[in-house]
Amino acid sequence: MYRIIEKQSLSDITKLMVIHAPHVVRNAKAGQFVIVRINEYGERIPLTIADFDPISGNITLIFQEVGKSTKHLGSLNAGDEVATFAGPLGHASEIDYYGTVICIGGGVGIAPIFPIARALKQAGNIVISIIGARSQSFLFWEEKMRSVSDELIVCTDDGSYGRKGLVIEPLKELLEARASGINRIWAIGPGIMMKSVSMTTRPYNANTIVSLNTIMIDGTGMCGGCRVLLDEGASFVCVDGPEFDGHKVNWDMLLSRMQFYRPEERLALEHWEHKCNLEASIDERGK
Amino acid sequence: MSTKPYDRDRSKTKRLEMPVQESALRIMNFDEVALGYTTEMAVKEAGRCLQCKEPQCVTGCPVGVLIPQFIKALGEGDMTRAVGIMKSRNNLPAICGRVCPQEIQCEARCVLGKKAEPVAIGRLERFVGDFELLSRTHPLEQKKDTGMKVAVVGSGPAGLTCAVDLAKEGHMVVIFESLHTAGGVLVYGIPEFRLPKAIVNSEINYAVESLGIAIRTDHVIGRTYTLDELLSEHDSVFLGTGAGLPSFMDIPGINLNGVMSANEFLARVNLMKGYLFPDYDTPVKTGKKVAVVGAGNVAMDAARSCLRLQKGRSGRDSGNKVHIIYRRSRDEVPARREELLHAEEEGIIFDFLTNPVGILGDSGSNVTGLRCIRMKLGEPDNSGRRKPVPLKGSEFDIAADTVIMALGTSPNPLVFFDSKGLNRNLNGTVMADHETGRTTKTRVWAGGDIVTGAATVISAMGAGKRAAADIHKFLTLDNRWD
Ligand SMILES: Cc1cc2nc3c(=O)[nH]c(=O)nc-3n(C[C@H](O)[C@H](O)[C@H](O)COP(=O)(O)OP(=O)(O)OC[C@H]3O[C@@H](n4cnc5c(N)ncnc54)[C@H](O)[C@@H]3O)c2cc1C
Ligand code: FES
Repeated sequence: MYRIIEKQSLSDITKLMVIHAPHVVRNAKAGQFVIVRINEYGERIPLTIADFDPISGNITLIFQEVGKSTKHLGSLNAGDEVATFAGPLGHASEIDYYGTVICIGGGVGIAPIFPIARALKQAGNIVISIIGARSQSFLFWEEKMRSVSDELIVCTDDGSYGRKGLVIEPLKELLEARASGINRIWAIGPGIMMKSVSMTTRPYNANTIVSLNTIMIDGTGMCGGCRVLLDEGASFVCVDGPEFDGHKVNWDMLLSRMQFYRPEERLALEHWEHKCNLEASIDERGK
Repeated sequence: MSTKPYDRDRSKTKRLEMPVQESALRIMNFDEVALGYTTEMAVKEAGRCLQCKEPQCVTGCPVGVLIPQFIKALGEGDMTRAVGIMKSRNNLPAICGRVCPQEIQCEARCVLGKKAEPVAIGRLERFVGDFELLSRTHPLEQKKDTGMKVAVVGSGPAGLTCAVDLAKEGHMVVIFESLHTAGGVLVYGIPEFRLPKAIVNSEINYAVESLGIAIRTDHVIGRTYTLDELLSEHDSVFLGTGAGLPSFMDIPGINLNGVMSANEFLARVNLMKGYLFPDYDTPVKTGKKVAVVGAGNVAMDAARSCLRLQKGRSGRDSGNKVHIIYRRSRDEVPARREELLHAEEEGIIFDFLTNPVGILGDSGSNVTGLRCIRMKLGEPDNSGRRKPVPLKGSEFDIAADTVIMALGTSPNPLVFFDSKGLNRNLNGTVMADHETGRTTKTRVWAGGDIVTGAATVISAMGAGKRAAADIHKFLTLDNRWD
């Protein structure tokens, strides 16, 4: 069992959790992920490492409450425990001195882009960061991102904060202005955003790294459920990735695979909410 | 040849059938299919054994269980003695009695099999194992602490057997397991209806509690710690990480929605208890028309699980179909005989001498079917089996909304990450000495599927046992590697 040390709400649906897992911290690096299972009944949820502290042995995770499992996880509190915490999984980001890099975080993807931006900055790169979300209430870690970036651009889809529009708009301007001066781009966020970033950078031949969040079970290469089709053939996201060259990913296949269990996910959520309501009304009557 | 209490006439009769759940009923549930002998039945079947002076059955057993001796004790109704004899060679009889391919091992060599049916050794082993599960007449005993530390990687039959034998000798043993439960294929692969998880858990808990073995789940060696990190903190390391990497066919359409490896399907069903969705969170999808490719135990388990999921969800007779597609004929089916027979009884459709050449899909990337070609058996290949060759122009389509690939597995290379000096063969298996389990890397032993490629529970246990003996010798006697 692994104890939740701290919990914060970063937005209405975005939660931050600090979990004590010294075995995972020991070899953790930016870009890797962990697998969390809440309890005996839970599924194995892959979550990217947002931060880690070798001294305390704590790992920070940030997640959006979308389905049953993330809502359930978000309902836990400091002092509660989760049953499974395995990792660090996948390969670390290839941190090196490249020159000028752009780090893009969309929505909950702002969390995993942070340690990558920080490591790139520490490696001496000029870091330009772009973070974006649907609206202001979904934004978080602006100051943290600013502290590791030479330049930070903030966008919201609805214009409620920062620039109005998608992250690809300032990205395109940067590429127009100095395409040859941009040495590498990292993009983490919803599949559709990583796809549009990859489409945007392709004409400029700008090296673009994306971090894929496919469906997973074991996270160790055992099931193949996480496989993605690349130009050169199928690859397992959990062991070969999670980072890939965005220009090589077959995005349509990937996005469709990620939808495959939608009906079941909806059913699981309804089932859980119904159970919660029942328990609440029993509590109510108990009083 | 036979000794007195054994009735020669009885030996000529047929072996006693084991009671099973009737097929129409069992395909509606995940409960165990085979129900086991009663005491009366076990004693009666034991009476068929001729007690050969030079028993051949024993030579067919990878761990050399003293078969005539335990059967004799059983026939005399002395269960405790039977258990003792069994446990001197095999610590997990309740598991082996259920999953060993007896028809090609011990029972294949039983002399009775020449004229009549062989003694049902597997069923008797199961009976003895189940008796011991309930009564624990032979507690595991531990010698005094040697101060030596051994890391065992992987908690399948190889790792568990090695850990138990070393802990008995007084070494401190820690098992590192990447998944959230111990047991390896016994828990994530083989379904509940063939091997109840309560049995596996009971055996593991008993060993852990009796011998103080530590099991660190959620520890992925190669990631959480590297092999070299383990070596720096332990006196020796045993690798029993199995052969968990699935293979996919190199045909068009393999990435369509609805195509999955048997490992994924079975892990969803067994490890994650997907058959109890939505009470358990992990869903498992089975369409109405399923095609399972392959005919080993893995394929049978996947196909029969599909059938149960379909029947459980939509009742009977609703047009559901589960096919097994196999490129050779029925005679070559590599699965245990009992599983093939049970699968046939349950209504799995077998397409023998058939091989997929492509997977068909719709515009939404969903599977719609399997394009297959008919095969015929040609000349024997290196393995001695007749090689299937395609019949030109015989292509045809099978409608399917789910395709499960059960084509064999190879060792997962994750455990070797960042470690040098451990030599492997081209197919990914680790080079290790058959007798000792020693690898090419000092203080590292290996055994089970990681060395042999996908094999059997009993051969993995045998390898774990031999390695434990050599590790013990290394730690306490000479400390020589050479
Ligand atoms: C569906 C199915 C049905 C089968 N049916 C039968 C049958 O009826 N009869 C029979 O005799 N055999 C059967 N087999 C084969 C048999 O199960 C295997 O041969 C046997 O389990 C191998 O044992 P093992 O200990 O070598 O490996 P495994 O049982 O595979 O155990 C390996 C363990 O190591 C863990 N591991 C892997 N990598 C790492 C890592 N890097 N760090 C930490 N842990 C790791 C795995 O999670 C796993 O728990 C079946 C196999 C399958 C898949
Ligand atoms: S999650 Fe199972 S292989 Fe990647």
